Amino acid sequence: MASFWTGYGWPTVVTVGEVLAVVVPLLLAIAYLTYAERKVLAFSQLRKGPNVVGPFGLLQPFADGLKLLVKETVVPSEANRVVFIIAPLLTFTLSLVAWAVIPFNAGVVVANINVGVLYIFAISSLGVYGIILAGWASNSRYAFLGALRSAAQMVSYEVAIGFVLVTVLLCAGSLNLSEIVEAQRHIWFAVPLLPMFVIFFISGLAETNRAPFDLVEGESEIVAGYFVEYSAMAFALFYLGEYGNMILMSAMTSVLFLGGWLAPLGIVPFTWIPGPIWFALKIGFVLFCFLWVRATFPRFRYDQLMRLGWKVFLPFSLLWLVLTAGVLVAAGWLPVH
Amino acid sequence: MAFLERGARSLLLSELLSGLALTLRYMFKRPVTVNYPFERGPLSTRFRGEHALRRYPNGEERCIACKLCEAICPALAITIEAEPREDGSRRTTRYDIDMTKCIYCGYCQEACPVDAIVEGPNFEFATETHEELLYDKEKLLANGDRWEAEIAKNLALDAPYR
Repeated sequence: MASFWTGYGWPTVVTVGEVLAVVVPLLLAIAYLTYAERKVLAFSQLRKGPNVVGPFGLLQPFADGLKLLVKETVVPSEANRVVFIIAPLLTFTLSLVAWAVIPFNAGVVVANINVGVLYIFAISSLGVYGIILAGWASNSRYAFLGALRSAAQMVSYEVAIGFVLVTVLLCAGSLNLSEIVEAQRHIWFAVPLLPMFVIFFISGLAETNRAPFDLVEGESEIVAGYFVEYSAMAFALFYLGEYGNMILMSAMTSVLFLGGWLAPLGIVPFTWIPGPIWFALKIGFVLFCFLWVRATFPRFRYDQLMRLGWKVFLPFSLLWLVLTAGVLVAAGWLPVH
Repeated sequence: MAFLERGARSLLLSELLSGLALTLRYMFKRPVTVNYPFERGPLSTRFRGEHALRRYPNGEERCIACKLCEAICPALAITIEAEPREDGSRRTTRYDIDMTKCIYCGYCQEACPVDAIVEGPNFEFATETHEELLYDKEKLLANGDRWEAEIAKNLALDAPYR
């Protein structure tokens, strides 16, 4: 019995505790990301945004959440019931699962695996399944069109993201996210790899279906895209998943290019602030950029989207990858372990 | 050379960045929001809101049942029935406005020779049912009593321009 406890019981308790320690703050962050989005959009349009529920409207996310919770989930009569219900669960779960490998501080990570980047890449590729299943199961034209657009878009931009990741891996010499952060102790990768950083950020917008690449939802063209038939909690799960993916993409940007939990300079006033706070600040900054871009740019046309993905980002990132590899070899800067 | 310049500009995302700078500047400007139920914007003296039937200061209703408003109403929202009162004066026995038909054009108040039917400054008369918006004479007279001060002030302010 004792060996069962030490072998299985206690590790399970620890794991559940770790998962909760990541998921609960994450859900709070998602709730306040929706609030931040509405505020940023409002201020850039000379409006005030939500300011009625609680001081400065700070309780608005909870009011929205409560409303979605008590509403009825309508399942269309023509829909494939099982898949229709599974799709939002899948989207939401996948957006949480990827957080397992994100390092919050030196050694503070749920699963410190050596294939962290590969794992994230795999999980974010799976994300498209939730959308396709939702579009297919809804049995509605708009939803199906949205799902098709999403599939094509995510596949296109994942290629560019893949090349950017390989460039970072060449510089860091590891697939472990903690080691990638440690490799940036002298200089953040955003500086020497600035074009790759920009490509990663823009591809991240496309990957998370954010404006100006939100053709998947395209309110003015296909109503709401793949989740047009969803209501109440099923809709909320999609929403949570989408915003969770945004935060995940920001966290990835911070880890790969902005030095994760590292302070900008390794000198006294900066090192007083603990790593997780730096990490949160960087995520917050990237998220602000997401919202800022949404407040600024109109939606791409579909052929422009495809052109940018395949004819601009793909050749450019491939070229930069070869260049980086060449420079690293020529200068003898290849990281050795 | 134009090719090089255009290429450099699109490669450096200069147009995108200037757009971002614009929205960033706007984020620090003062919002123009009017905090509606607590703050209100100004209303013109000619504002055409909810209808009201007015009375003379002695309490006699102004309407003389000439039916000009009913005749001019382009939406056919007004229904009037009239017969002589005991004292021999012509008065309406029925004055209905279907507020869901009304297009708030203001022709009725323009047609009225005695300023009886007017569109007042009130615009907050939403209801939960359709029936509540089928106004009868009693409701319109009550509106007149309620809004008389504002209506009289607006008419006086607008008089020089008529």
